[in-house]
Amino acid sequence: MAYNPLSEAEKIFILHGVQDDFRNDGRTRNDFRPMELQTNVIASASGSARFCIANSDILVGIKPEIDIPSPNKPNEGKIEFLVDCSANALLDFEGRGGEELASEITNCLKLTYSSPYAFDLKSLCILPKFQCWKLYVDILILQCAGNLYDAISLAVKCALYNLRIPRVTSALLDGGNVDLVLSDDPSDCDRINAESLPILMTVCKIGDYCIVDPSIDEENCSTSSAVVGVSGNKITTIKTISGGSFHADTLNNLIDLTITTAKYLNEKLLKSLKQEERQMESNKIQKCSFLN
Amino acid sequence: MANVKINLLINKPKYSAHIEESNSRIFTTGEVITEQKDFMRGHGTYLEDGFIKSSVVGVAKQINKLISVVPLKSKYVGEIGDVIVGRVTEISKKRWKIDTNSRLDSVLLISSINLPGGELRRRNAEDEQSMRKLLQEEDLLSAEVQNVYTDGSLSLHTRSLKYGKLSQGILISVSPSLIKRRKNHFHNLPCGISVIIGNNGYIWVAPIVNVEEQGGGFAQCLDPVSKGDRETIVRVKNCIQALSACYVMIYDTSIMYAYEESMKYDVKELLNQDTMYEVGFNAKQRILQLE
Repeated sequence: MAYNPLSEAEKIFILHGVQDDFRNDGRTRNDFRPMELQTNVIASASGSARFCIANSDILVGIKPEIDIPSPNKPNEGKIEFLVDCSANALLDFEGRGGEELASEITNCLKLTYSSPYAFDLKSLCILPKFQCWKLYVDILILQCAGNLYDAISLAVKCALYNLRIPRVTSALLDGGNVDLVLSDDPSDCDRINAESLPILMTVCKIGDYCIVDPSIDEENCSTSSAVVGVSGNKITTIKTISGGSFHADTLNNLIDLTITTAKYLNEKLLKSLKQEERQMESNKIQKCSFLN
Repeated sequence: MANVKINLLINKPKYSAHIEESNSRIFTTGEVITEQKDFMRGHGTYLEDGFIKSSVVGVAKQINKLISVVPLKSKYVGEIGDVIVGRVTEISKKRWKIDTNSRLDSVLLISSINLPGGELRRRNAEDEQSMRKLLQEEDLLSAEVQNVYTDGSLSLHTRSLKYGKLSQGILISVSPSLIKRRKNHFHNLPCGISVIIGNNGYIWVAPIVNVEEQGGGFAQCLDPVSKGDRETIVRVKNCIQALSACYVMIYDTSIMYAYEESMKYDVKELLNQDTMYEVGFNAKQRILQLE
């Protein structure tokens, strides 16, 4: 987590603000900061997205590759995450400074996506035991203003929504050798059902209350915080970050809060993604890079 | 219910900072500023082949024969008498190290503070041992630049009742080049809160406190801030961020203009980029009308 020093008095000011349901930027405890998204930002990736929550700016690119399924899961594909904490985002990430955070986020993503409720890995299988798709999900943190887990999970979700996997027209097994024929038409491709893909939600406990979408300052003065992976109505992961512990009752309330909030967030996200897709189709906007 | 707002980047309007005065031109590094020989070279410039060239990206400024380039974005370069807001990073023998948004940490010597109780006496070993009681690591304080060392690091002092440790409030960090130099950097705004506009780009927004109370400026008040005050503080914070996003110079008048422009919105609406730019540009227009 990004370290941003705060004096005792500043922490108390934030704490009282959370109690009053009026946070340091005017939000209530359940409010998110404005978000922005854009898909298909990297021309050379099969699926990509840029997602910002206020100044937390995440870029995700996905490339599929053909791989052999693991022997114990012969009819499942693979998905691999890689998080790169750029030193441009925060000076603390310089050198090997971001590695710990990167592996923490990677593990969390791996865990949520390994749940069968969250992501159907079977859909990535081409020929059981012999061929499957492996998705390489590369995540780059361009700017960090708190709440990285949420921003990253939403960015990954957008990129997976945008992902187009070439369609396999025929797969034949010829004496141990696999003969794959991919469609020649680049617009002929498979897509992933993004509806049930999990969303990670960070909930910080400050004083007696839980807040969503914490800023860096709020992250630093919380006693404990948890990341909950939600897919539809189901919890796929739950994990505490930055030490601290929860009372059982608090945890139950927190889970209820995340499920309702994540469901709402999911609806909004899918709506925006569909709206963007419609606009792109009608305008035929050509993008060459995310910096444009 | 949660409040979620997702915008599409493809629909985002493009904002750009307009430079109104036609004569202010931005020089890039290595660009010749003048070909005439009888000028003196100031900050942000260097001499090569007899020409004065810019060493930073910025706007050229001429005072008589002296040409300097003011960088668009830079770390804070201190001058004697500047008001700064800083954060203690380290305590060492006889001094505090203070982060002031400059290249090097500044120092605050124990001999350049007013000891609690307002007594003037020699500082002894006991004072040195109890330095942490006055200012801890990560505490915020306001101070004045007393001296600039040759390496550019600053020596600070708090020898006035208006300087000292800061209590509850919000710190905002903006580019130091956006701070307008004024006679007074401590303001009690008409909306009922106080701001300290540090020359170093750190701005402190806090409820009004009575400075005459005892403690030599090191006392802290940890009582809850009233909801009304808090709302005003947060609104002012969001307004300052709007001004900074629109590259408007920040001083008491511009803050008040932005505050007045923002009144038609809810505080949290000011987080949205379009509202932010609207407030910032409206405040800018009003400042231009004034001039």
